[in-house]
Amino acid sequence: MADFLTTGPGIALIIVAQCLAVIGFVMVSLLFLVYGDRKIWAAVQMRRGPNVVGVWGLLQTVADALKYVVKEIVVPAGADKTVFMLAPLISFVLAMIAWAVIPFNDTWVLADLNVAILYVFAIGSLEVYGVIMGGWASNSKYPFLGSLRSAAQMISYEVSIGLIIVGVILSTGSLNFGDIVRAQDGDYGFFSWYWLPHFPMVFLFFISALAETNRPPFDLPEAESELVAGYQVEYSSTPFLLFMAGEYIAIFLMCALISLLFFGGWLSPIPGIPDGALWMVGKMAIFFFLFAMVKAIVPRYRYDQLMRLGWKVFLPLSLAWVVIVAFFAQFGAFGGAYARWAVGG
Amino acid sequence: MGFADFAFYMFAVVVVTSGLLVVVSKNPVHSVLWLILAFLSSAGLFILLGAEFVAMLLVIVYVGAVAVLFLFVVMMLDVDFAELRGELAKFVPLAGLIGVILLMELALVFGAWQSTANVADLRDAVTPALSETQNTAALGQLIYTKYIYLFQAAGLILLVAMIGAIVLTLRHRTDIKRQNIVDQIMRDPAEAMELKDVKPGQGL
Repeated sequence: MADFLTTGPGIALIIVAQCLAVIGFVMVSLLFLVYGDRKIWAAVQMRRGPNVVGVWGLLQTVADALKYVVKEIVVPAGADKTVFMLAPLISFVLAMIAWAVIPFNDTWVLADLNVAILYVFAIGSLEVYGVIMGGWASNSKYPFLGSLRSAAQMISYEVSIGLIIVGVILSTGSLNFGDIVRAQDGDYGFFSWYWLPHFPMVFLFFISALAETNRPPFDLPEAESELVAGYQVEYSSTPFLLFMAGEYIAIFLMCALISLLFFGGWLSPIPGIPDGALWMVGKMAIFFFLFAMVKAIVPRYRYDQLMRLGWKVFLPLSLAWVVIVAFFAQFGAFGGAYARWAVGG
Repeated sequence: MGFADFAFYMFAVVVVTSGLLVVVSKNPVHSVLWLILAFLSSAGLFILLGAEFVAMLLVIVYVGAVAVLFLFVVMMLDVDFAELRGELAKFVPLAGLIGVILLMELALVFGAWQSTANVADLRDAVTPALSETQNTAALGQLIYTKYIYLFQAAGLILLVAMIGAIVLTLRHRTDIKRQNIVDQIMRDPAEAMELKDVKPGQGL
């Protein structure tokens, strides 16, 4: 058996099993994230939220997913059928494959790429295609307007996300997630993590992540008060389910990114307590809670203000931060808090 | 045939096929989508070469930004496809001529291509040892030390081009209302609003 597992087909089998484990984790979390999102939203508005299917309504999402799957797929008459069906598939698959490089523990990662951050960033920049193609292929006005908005919005905020990531990479000297997390390992636990030296960027990254994933208050692509549901208007049944699942998986990925880049990934906040995958999952859950709270509390932005925020506020700030971090790292400011190449790699 | 060979032929076939489909697609939006597939597959070819950094940049820059802008413009064009196809026959001889000229030029260039005997040594002399450094770091060390002036000059040219494009398209319209965000935030409710005590049955 041990012999089999170290040869060609055995290794392939192990890789497939690992892929399935990651997909399983993401899909199961997805079920409860949607539920959690609705429960938190309900709690803020002093409602009960889903509470009928299963204990405390825990199986509500399963029921919803089943309902979507058994409904009829409606394709609009003038739609470009191939592109119309391709769009939700693209958004779901792209959201899913980015997880290949996300580490959950020191060695728990599917593909330990040395350009892991760039890979996630590249996949993130592709995600806009699902939205554009969906909006265009529907051959309808509201989806088209929604997809145009979305394209501009996602590209704008990708710029600031990229520059914020550059700051972290400058501090670490590596594009690998494992190295970035190991560089945050220090004697002070919680206070050794990157959130402290990169403090202002944590907020910028969080807000950019909201805009990048089309979450409220930046959900202008679907803005139901103006565009019905934006690029999703013409979608029904399973294609719609794929769009929605892709959106939530992308949000969860952003939670994972924030925990890895700024909050030490799988490291424990208190020195002495062992590190582990549970910390990583816990941190992701906390950030998802913040995403849900923002959705419940903050009103939607106007489109021109969204663009102004992205290009005139976030871009200069994050660009200036890259220069500042470069100086701090070069001259070893603050006891080398910005220059951790020795630990990073 | 190993896995790498298989992957190379797969990517190569996809690049060439989708390149062909970019040209022959009837719908320009489909052309752009095929172009994106061609970019993605060439990123795959770069990965097979061991240049993962360039591959990721290709995806981020070309697919994530340039092709989005293409798609953006092409989607909003109002093109009459039937008319376009009617015109096509008229331009086929000219297009063929240009193609033949290009092909001949390429043939001339590659036919007369000469390189020094020690070209491999010259290339190795500047490249950091790839067994010790990752290729991202090696690339950085090269372009930020040895080729810094060329690299900065390229950046400067891009900046000038960008500013030029903005200057060409910028127009200041005076007939529209604009919101000054600072003024908006600085507005004081005490000054912007006046409370009146309206007596019932009297009005103001």
